[in-house]
Amino acid sequence: MDYLDSFILIGLPYTALALFVIGTIYRYTNRKFQFSSLSSEFLEGRKLFYGSVPFHWGILFVFCGHLTAFLIPSTVLTWNSQPARLMTLEISAFIFAISMLIGLINLVIRRYTTSRLSPVTNKMDLVIYVLLILQTVAGLWIAYNFRWGSSWFSTLLTPYLYSIFKLQPDTAAVVLLPWSVKLHIATAFIIIAIIPFSRLVHLLVLPLNYLWRPYQQVMWYWDKNKVRSSKTPWSLQRPKNT
Amino acid sequence: MDVRSQIAMVFHLDKCIGCHTCSIACKNIWTDRKGAEYMWWNNVETKPGTGYPTKWEDQDIYKGGWEKKNGSIHLKGAGKRRGLVNIFYNPNLPVIDDYYEPFTYKYLDLIESPEGDDQPTARPVSLITGKPIDIKMGPNWDDDLGGTPDYARHDPNMKNISPEEQEVMFQLEKMAFFYLPRICNHCLNPACVASCPSGAIYKRGEDGVVLINQEVCRAWRMCVTACPYKKSYYNWYTGKSEKCILCYPRIEAGLAPACMHSCVGRIRYLGVLLYDSSKIEEAASSDEKDLIKNQLNIILDPFDEKVIEAAKKNGVADSTIHAAQFSPVYKFVKQWGLALPLHPEFRTLPMLFYVPPLLPVMATVKKVDHKEQLEKVSPVAKKWNDNWLYDTSTKELWGTLDQIRFPLKYIANLLSAGDEDVIKDKWKKLMAVRIHRRRVTVGDVSHEKAEKVLKEAGLTAETADAIYALTSLPKFEERFVIPAAHREQAIEMMDFTGDTKGETGFGIKSKVKRGL
Ligand code: HEM
Ligand code: SF4
Ligand code: SF4
Repeated sequence: MDYLDSFILIGLPYTALALFVIGTIYRYTNRKFQFSSLSSEFLEGRKLFYGSVPFHWGILFVFCGHLTAFLIPSTVLTWNSQPARLMTLEISAFIFAISMLIGLINLVIRRYTTSRLSPVTNKMDLVIYVLLILQTVAGLWIAYNFRWGSSWFSTLLTPYLYSIFKLQPDTAAVVLLPWSVKLHIATAFIIIAIIPFSRLVHLLVLPLNYLWRPYQQVMWYWDKNKVRSSKTPWSLQRPKNT
Repeated sequence: MDVRSQIAMVFHLDKCIGCHTCSIACKNIWTDRKGAEYMWWNNVETKPGTGYPTKWEDQDIYKGGWEKKNGSIHLKGAGKRRGLVNIFYNPNLPVIDDYYEPFTYKYLDLIESPEGDDQPTARPVSLITGKPIDIKMGPNWDDDLGGTPDYARHDPNMKNISPEEQEVMFQLEKMAFFYLPRICNHCLNPACVASCPSGAIYKRGEDGVVLINQEVCRAWRMCVTACPYKKSYYNWYTGKSEKCILCYPRIEAGLAPACMHSCVGRIRYLGVLLYDSSKIEEAASSDEKDLIKNQLNIILDPFDEKVIEAAKKNGVADSTIHAAQFSPVYKFVKQWGLALPLHPEFRTLPMLFYVPPLLPVMATVKKVDHKEQLEKVSPVAKKWNDNWLYDTSTKELWGTLDQIRFPLKYIANLLSAGDEDVIKDKWKKLMAVRIHRRRVTVGDVSHEKAEKVLKEAGLTAETADAIYALTSLPKFEERFVIPAAHREQAIEMMDFTGDTKGETGFGIKSKVKRGL
């Protein structure tokens, strides 16, 4: 194993995860105002549809696919034991990845050809576009050339990722993988590293809480049941505002 | 009964002169910032007209507000399912062109241009891109009908007014319009709050002001879609939605909001309403014809002992209850039944009420023979030789109500979900007050007639006098009855104030509590 390999497969992942954790905590506590993706739909509301929608649904599916293979590899392998099911999985993943790529290209074209968007475009946007396109193209290349990814991900990459999280990196199997897979792994960790430093933080605040909160929200500066009651004890404790 | 207090408003449309002072007061204080240039938390529209943003009232386009389906209400264009499915791209978001592209002028060019044959001009430049633009729209482009009936014709409230009726409306000599100043209604059933996936928007329990927490807003923009009045705006520069805050720092100190304080026509009233918050959903889900009635029903009588007791139990301060008893809003809305919510059919239960305008209705335009009069005028005077007379006399009883220049339906579409009888009832009252006062001050109306008019409108002479006084002669303190917020108590609920004593006083600049 040469230096480059150990950097990509061991050094980079730990650096990226550390940056991700510390950066996210820092941004959430100190830069909470910016913890979102600066929406530009208000300035350009038509072309965004052909970019944002295929891109996001694509990445959502592909991302969940990777996550499933990471969390429950044996189930994925069982599923893949029948060729028809394997083909369904592989083909739909490929289609979603294509949708993601088309969406990305539309987003890039939209951003750099619409003059109203230039005031809300920054250098980090370019970095993200390059990384995401690189990552998507590498993923499609791997899926096409080294079949079937869903199976060997579960057998090779999942143990490697577990070993990273267990702080006992075991790269014996991964070093043998082709350079395109290593590129895909490296870009993935770079993307994770820049999440807290870019608009990508928005994927951490998917507002699922909305599903179970009541529609209306009323907030009180004081506890309405206590404020006028002479029975409320005078305490040195900070009262809870319920 | 779960009593809460709400700072509510009444705008008397007969008195608005369309001067836009309110809009400027608001702009100068709150929205004169990058990304907010296009926002007018307070705007004044000419009605009939398309408004701002263009055709905001047309919910087939903007999908704002609530709609009733199978007995319960749902957000039309947002909500848990629709909002989350459309989170990557909001198909019903108004874009900058629906408002207007904010602009300024390159004034320096007027001074710095090189000498030449032509006058230098100050070109308009976009406040978004900084590049020169052709101005296509402004915040009140349809002001005073904008020089063409086109704006009025495209008013969404014209939808069920027949072409013949419209023709009559738009005859040049008979044309009428009025002004509609609008701010956020600080609704009881706010669609903006319900639509926010992040839960950034909330209604304050103490005074009902609806606010957006800028730290929690994550630019999903669902509130912009959901508010049927289009009073939540997206700031493209900060990536946050913003809305009217009812000048809460002023309200808390017992001062009137800037738009109201500066109002030249003195059309604005602000005061406390006590209401039963347990009935909000029920009222918002009523059948369309009962909406107004049920909305007014949840507003409670501040003199009722039971209401006062329940209010106290809910922490409402004595000063607030006292203010509710002197509230001009309570008088206009409940006691006299003169004011109506704008577009009640959007079901947000708005807390800003409008007294429908009588002027465009009351006056008729007649063809008369002026010859005799003209001969009396001095020969050097400028003479108009048209024969129109703008007649505001009150000769016939309800005569003018039946031959109004404005279809009743139009006002009903605006203020009563299409119910013409409701509007007629308000107009009768307003007219009765005028006829009664004319008897008192001018004396050319007979006692019997004035009595008859008052009786038919359901008013007594005393009530009519009170309405007249609060409409025409109110002092500042009568228009704005605002209890100061009890923030000192609020703070005591959250902090032990003894701890902070001395922290910023002599000698110590930081918190004294030691953890290490
Ligand atoms: C977790 C679920 C996610 C949600 C709810 C979400 C939502 C959004 C929203 C609302 C926008 C703004 C679109 C606009 O301009 O109006 C956006 C933009 C964007 N999102 Fe996401 N997103 C999610 C996940 C992701 C992921 C996983 C990625 C990539 C790693 C991603 C990458 C981007 C990028 C690059 C943009 C900028 C698009 C552009 O304006 O060119 N998002 N997202
Ligand atoms: S008017 Fe609109 S923004 Fe204001 S409270 Fe009602 S729904 Fe919300
Ligand atoms: S300041 Fe008053 S009178 Fe002038 S436009 Fe505004 S509401 Fe109307």
